[in-house]
Amino acid sequence: MEIIVAGVGKVGLTLARQLVAEEHSVTLIDMNSLVLEEAVEQFDAMSICGNCASKDILLQAGVEKADLVIAATNADEVNLLCCMTAHGINSNLHTIARIRNPEYAEQVMTMPEVFPLSLTINPEKRAAEEIRRLLQYPGFLRRDAFAKGRAEIVELRIDEKSKLSGVALKDMPGVVKCKVLVCAVLRQGAAVAPSGDFVLQTGDRIFVTAPTAILGELLKNLGIITRRVRKMLICGGGRVSFYLAKLLEKDGIQVSLIDRNPARCAELAALLPNTSILHGDCSSQNLLDSQGINDVDALCSLTGVDETNAITSLYANTKNVPQIITKISRGEGFLSESLPIGSVICPKELSSNIIVRYVRAMQNQTGAAISVHTIADGQVEAVEFTVDATTKHCGVPLKSLKLRPNVLIGIITHGADTQIPNGDSVFTEGDTIVAVTSGRGILKSINDIFA
Amino acid sequence: MNYKMMGRFIGLIIAVEAVFILPALLISVCYGETVAAASFLYTLAIMVLLGGILLMSCRKAGHIFGATEGLVCVGLGWMALSLLGCLPFWFSGEIPHFMDAFFEMVSGFTTTGASILSDVEGLSKGLLYWRSFSHWLGGMGVLVFLLAISPGGKNSGFTMHLLRAESPGPNVGKLVPKMRQTALILYLIYIALTIINTIFLLCGGMNWLDALCTAFGTAGTGGFGVRNDSLASFSPYIQTVTAVFMLLFGINFSCYYLLLLGHIRGVFKDEELRLYLGIILLCVIAIGFNVHHMYKTGAETARHAFFQVSSIITTTGYSTTDFDLWPGLSKGLIMMLMVVGACAGSTGGGLKCSRVLLLFKSLRRNIRQVLNPRKVQVVRNNNQVVDERILSNTNAYLAAYIIVVIVSYLLISLDNFSIGTNLSAVLACFNNIGPGLEQVGPMCNFSGYSDFSKFVLILDMLAGRLEIFPILVLFSRSAWKRR
Repeated sequence: MEIIVAGVGKVGLTLARQLVAEEHSVTLIDMNSLVLEEAVEQFDAMSICGNCASKDILLQAGVEKADLVIAATNADEVNLLCCMTAHGINSNLHTIARIRNPEYAEQVMTMPEVFPLSLTINPEKRAAEEIRRLLQYPGFLRRDAFAKGRAEIVELRIDEKSKLSGVALKDMPGVVKCKVLVCAVLRQGAAVAPSGDFVLQTGDRIFVTAPTAILGELLKNLGIITRRVRKMLICGGGRVSFYLAKLLEKDGIQVSLIDRNPARCAELAALLPNTSILHGDCSSQNLLDSQGINDVDALCSLTGVDETNAITSLYANTKNVPQIITKISRGEGFLSESLPIGSVICPKELSSNIIVRYVRAMQNQTGAAISVHTIADGQVEAVEFTVDATTKHCGVPLKSLKLRPNVLIGIITHGADTQIPNGDSVFTEGDTIVAVTSGRGILKSINDIFA
Repeated sequence: MNYKMMGRFIGLIIAVEAVFILPALLISVCYGETVAAASFLYTLAIMVLLGGILLMSCRKAGHIFGATEGLVCVGLGWMALSLLGCLPFWFSGEIPHFMDAFFEMVSGFTTTGASILSDVEGLSKGLLYWRSFSHWLGGMGVLVFLLAISPGGKNSGFTMHLLRAESPGPNVGKLVPKMRQTALILYLIYIALTIINTIFLLCGGMNWLDALCTAFGTAGTGGFGVRNDSLASFSPYIQTVTAVFMLLFGINFSCYYLLLLGHIRGVFKDEELRLYLGIILLCVIAIGFNVHHMYKTGAETARHAFFQVSSIITTTGYSTTDFDLWPGLSKGLIMMLMVVGACAGSTGGGLKCSRVLLLFKSLRRNIRQVLNPRKVQVVRNNNQVVDERILSNTNAYLAAYIIVVIVSYLLISLDNFSIGTNLSAVLACFNNIGPGLEQVGPMCNFSGYSDFSKFVLILDMLAGRLEIFPILVLFSRSAWKRR
């Protein structure tokens, strides 16, 4: 597809890189020629320097023949104007804009005849929702939902106290007492596709597929935390923190929020009546101690400075805070290995994943992937497919199927029934399956999973 | 330095060359030239062996590939291309001296067309074809060809460095978002124009091998003729066709792409194209008046003047007449055209019209600045502001250009030829033209120079084709440092 990405910031760059990797023709627009130069040297795209909301620049970028425009500049107004102008030139165009201001997002939703947008993205809100999902089941480092939320792939770290340490995978059902499947293991930075004899060690990160309904049971049986989060601390008063606090207020969680800007604190205090807003530097250990870091159930480091977030989370780790979530805006996700402190949230990746999923849906070929999640530090892909009439081997038990090397079927959902497959499982038309593979970008359509 | 990735690219370049040498081998076999055919076979064996070793040993290459790697890779790749390409001439004994064969081949790939052969017609057909074909491959560039046929991986952004290092012009960019399609479009335009040229030549009664070789020389703006007197003994029709096509191949190829898209007005508003056509028109008129007493009719004068101007400004180097006998003004204009060169993004060499344009515009700006120091001004090209970085790069390019000319002129002066011979030899090689004046004029050749001077001129030709920096960095220690 011909895609125009306007605004080459953090989201724009991550997104463009992914879209190029999926073999789309990408044209970048930005005001800063240096940023463009750097981008074009990293991946195969074309660049145009100028104002993305101007008609001339959009025409230069080939908007007449484009299929999709994604506006991801810093300013909501520019993004809106860019999408509206582009749509005015080419009415068959899909448009996606990053809109941070919730009022604008509301407006766009309710006035579709004025704002011809296909999708709006609010990276901060998205990050807040993701953090809330993680807080629901403390203990999982990351959750990826499949089959409309009926099944998930969750990430767990095996530490010394874990019941799974030293257990071979074939003995695992006896330990966790529910039906789950380990689809990938990350050991010392390398992803392994495990067999039944594989013995788990301390320090491994495992990726487990399970129906969403049994996640709580899984945690309980593993003896990880079973208590709900009741009291938590948010460091930093940025947009993510605001959205998160608002969501948690609704859930009835007791939230304390620290920010070092007094004006922002006053603003937040007005906006968040049930959250206690504290003024201070959240990297100060004294302040954290005095705010009861010892007895909170969770801590989120969400300031705008990655370094401060890392330091705060490291300190919380020494204080044995049960769940720690750290926001890292830069870097490509490899940091979670070197930061052994719980989950890492990367807002730019979350929003670019949503857009990439939208692009895949736009292509809409028969048998094409519905969604693709990269897990295990980007070394493993989990791809969701719908079984349709063109799919081969419908109704054949898995044990008599020959799959491609390094491909594993992790989940089969049949109607409302979500199963973790074994050798006797079959899939039929209308089912959703999730295939896990260690190669990147090799599973484009469902029939690619067969040898 | 990512040596493995560079090794892979050079291995691929050799593989491409091995494929392209097959038609030459076939022609030798068809004409029953056993010696030439055997020498092609030996060369092919060496290419397969060497390319295979490089490709096998460099399979697992890292992904970090920066500007330095791009430059060094292009420089070394072209060296390897010429070193292997010259082997058939040497093996077959038709050019007995290795340095001569190397000179001839570099001259071919860099689309210079400077020859050390005094009897071109004595070459066997296969070698003649290979010599001219090297122009065609070198004209658009072998790495651009590689980019056109190789699928782009997910980390293929670095190919930008290769395109920049190999393609001429101050501001190399893509036509479409995908590198592979950009390269493909360039090559398709190139192939189409070459085929049309060949058909026109065949209509003029040329035999197909001569037509193909002449078209290759025209397309790559090379200039290796198939006869000893270049194009002088061909019919006026063929001369006119060749002159027009030389002019066409000297135009920026993105103009053709825009024409195909239907942006006709935009193309003719292009300042570089206007300058290029303007220079040609003025020089044809000036030279026409200057030399009209030497030819019988006005038409003949016009034809020779147009042919020669078109041949020199596009840096092709074909000739229909011995312009060394022309009066001083005409020879002076010829020397000037050598330096100016064709448009950026074409197959021609020289300083390029767009650089000349930018240099003049920034000079005009500096003069205004001197007259009124408070004046704030930008340089515009095609109504768009030119980035200051491009301007300073253009100035640096001019400086490097002058230094290379002076140093090589001094080095080849050791051979004790006249000033005119030496200077025009350097300019003719460095700007990829071919013939110069006096002892290296259109009816003479470069065989009189010593091996050392030939080597200097070889480097000049490569530096001229690759726009200096890929060859200069090969001599820079920091380029070879481990990172």
